[in-house]
Amino acid sequence: MIALTIAGLTLREAFRRRVVWALLVLTVVLLVLSGWGFSKLIGLDTDLGTMTSGEARLVASVLLNLIMFGFSLIAAIGTAFLAGPTLSGEVESGQALAILARPVRRSSVLLGKWLGLLTFGCGYVALAGLAQLLVVRWAVGYWPPAPATGLLLLAAETVVLLTLALLLSSVVSPMASGIIAVGLFGATWVAGVVGGIGGALGNEGVERVGTVSRVILPTDGLWRGAMNAFQDPFALAQMGQGEAGFPFLADAPLTAAYLGWAAVWIAVVWGLTALSFQRRDI
Amino acid sequence: MPSAEAATVRGVTSGADGLADLPPSPAVWCSGLRKRYGRRTAVDDVSFTVGRGEVVGLLGPNGAGKTSVIKMLLGLVRPDAGEVLLLGRPATDPRSRIAVGYLPELFRYQPWLSAAEVLDLHVTLAGADVDAAERRECLALVGLTERAGDRVGGFSKGMQQRLGLAVALVARPELVVLDEPTSALDPLGRVDVRDIVLSLKSRGVAVLLNSHLIGEVERVCDRVVILDGGRVAASGTLAELLGQREVRLRLAGADGQAEDRMRAAGALTRSGDWFTVQLSSDDDGVTVPDLVRDLVALGVRVHAVEPVRISLEERLLAVLRHEEPAP
Repeated sequence: MIALTIAGLTLREAFRRRVVWALLVLTVVLLVLSGWGFSKLIGLDTDLGTMTSGEARLVASVLLNLIMFGFSLIAAIGTAFLAGPTLSGEVESGQALAILARPVRRSSVLLGKWLGLLTFGCGYVALAGLAQLLVVRWAVGYWPPAPATGLLLLAAETVVLLTLALLLSSVVSPMASGIIAVGLFGATWVAGVVGGIGGALGNEGVERVGTVSRVILPTDGLWRGAMNAFQDPFALAQMGQGEAGFPFLADAPLTAAYLGWAAVWIAVVWGLTALSFQRRDI
Repeated sequence: MPSAEAATVRGVTSGADGLADLPPSPAVWCSGLRKRYGRRTAVDDVSFTVGRGEVVGLLGPNGAGKTSVIKMLLGLVRPDAGEVLLLGRPATDPRSRIAVGYLPELFRYQPWLSAAEVLDLHVTLAGADVDAAERRECLALVGLTERAGDRVGGFSKGMQQRLGLAVALVARPELVVLDEPTSALDPLGRVDVRDIVLSLKSRGVAVLLNSHLIGEVERVCDRVVILDGGRVAASGTLAELLGQREVRLRLAGADGQAEDRMRAAGALTRSGDWFTVQLSSDDDGVTVPDLVRDLVALGVRVHAVEPVRISLEERLLAVLRHEEPAP
C-alpha cells in the first residue's frame, strides 16, 4: 500500500516536472527523422548500384538496432538521472524527513520509488520501441523476428541501470550517482564492443573483457540479447565473419543462465540498497 | 527512568487485558540515548519522558543535540545506544509513529504538489481516516485556505513552515513534535503557533517543542528539558526550575525593626528606598501580604510592592554558564 502510494508519487513527479513531455517531444522527433531516413533506403543509389529491397531490409535491421540503442540510452540516462536525486536528493533537501517520520518502513518507500521508476523506464522503452518498430515496418516492410523479447530485454536493461542508480543514490550525492551510473553503462558498452573485436580477432584475453564486464553490470549483455531479437536472422550470415565484431549486431540469443544472473544481480543490488538506506541517518 | 518504571511502560504495550486499567504509557520515553558523528559526541546519555497531554520544551544552545535527539525519537537517526518508546511502542517499530505528527527543523515538501495534495499524501502515509472537510480545516488553522490549490514550489519559507505545521497536525496525532516551529514565521505566525500548541494541550495532545524563543516555551510548556553539549543539563517543571522568587518594595520610614521583619521573610538587599526580599520556593502565597500588613503596622509607608519572577531565560543562561547547580 505504502509502496504503491510512493510509486504513484514518483510517477506524478516525472509528469509534473515535465520529464515525460520532454521525452515525448524528443522521441517524436527521433521517430519522424528515422521514418524519413528509412523511407529513403529503398531505391538508394550507392557506388555498388541501386539497393534492392532485400539489401534495404538488411541495412534497416542494422539501423533499427542503432536507433533502439538510442532509445535504450535515453531511457537509461532518463531513469538514472531521475533515480539519482530520489534518495540522496530528498535526504539532502529535507523532503525525506516528513515522509520517513510517518509509520512507514524504509524498504516500502524504496520499493515504491523503484516501482515508480521501473514503470516509467519500462513504459517509455516499450512505447517508444514499439513505435519505432511500426515506423520501420511502414518505411521498409521489415518486422523483427522477436519484437516482444527485444522490448522486454531493453526494459530489463533499464531496470538494471535504475537499480544501480538507486544503490548509488543511497550512498553518494545525487549528481554523482547519476553520472557514475551513466558512466558505468557507457563503459560496459565499450567493454562489450572491445570484447566483440577481441572475439573477431581470435584474441581470448581481449574477448574476456566483454564477458567479465557483462557479468559485473548486465546492461550490455541484455542489450546484446535485445539486438539479437531485433535483427534480421540472415544479417549476420550476409555480413560475413569479418564483421563479427560489429557493435550493432549480436551473434547469439541470451542464455537462460544469463537471464537468471541478471535477475539475481537486480535482487542483490536492490537488497544492498535497502540495507544501506535502512542504516542511513536522515 | 528506573527499571521498575520501564517495566511498567513495557507492560502497557503488551496490551494484556489485566493492564487495561493502568494509565496509558507516556507519549515519549527515552533512556540513555547516545550518538556519535565521527569523533564528535552529539548526544550523550539523554533520558526524559513526555507524559500524555503534556507540553515539554527542549532548550539548549546551538549544537546541544536537540535536533539529533528528536530525530532519534522518530527513528530518523539510529542511536548508538539507548532505547525509545513512542506512545508505548519501541521506536524501531514504524507503528509507533501512527499517531505522531512532526514538523522538522528543515521543512521541505514536494514542490510539484499543491498544499492540499501534500496533506492528502501524509494522511495516506499515516493510514488515518481524515475526511476532506477536516483536511481543509487543518489548512485553515495555519492560514493556508486561499493557497490550498497552489503548488508548494511557489510558497515562501513562512508559508512552507505553516504547511509543515498542517502536515504535523492533519492525521489526528496524540504526540506532536515541533522542531523550531516559528523559525520562518512573522510575529503573527508565532502567536498562531502558540495558540495551536495551547489548543493541542487542551485536547490532551502531547507536544515536544524545540524552540529558541524562550518566552514562547515559558508560556506554553509544562516542563522543560535543557540540553547542553549533548547532555541533559537540567530538567523539571517550570515551577521547579523557576522556584526562586523575589519581591521588591519601595518603602518610606523603614527602620531597623522593619528591616528585621523583612529579613524574617527572606534574604534582604537594599538600594535607596528599594528593598528586595528573596522568597523561599515553598512559599504558600501569604508571605508577601503578611509582610505588607506588618510593615504598615510598624508605621512604614508602602509606596510599591512588585513581585519579581526569575525568567526562564535567566535560569537557562545560569544553567548553561554553570552558575547554578542543575536541579
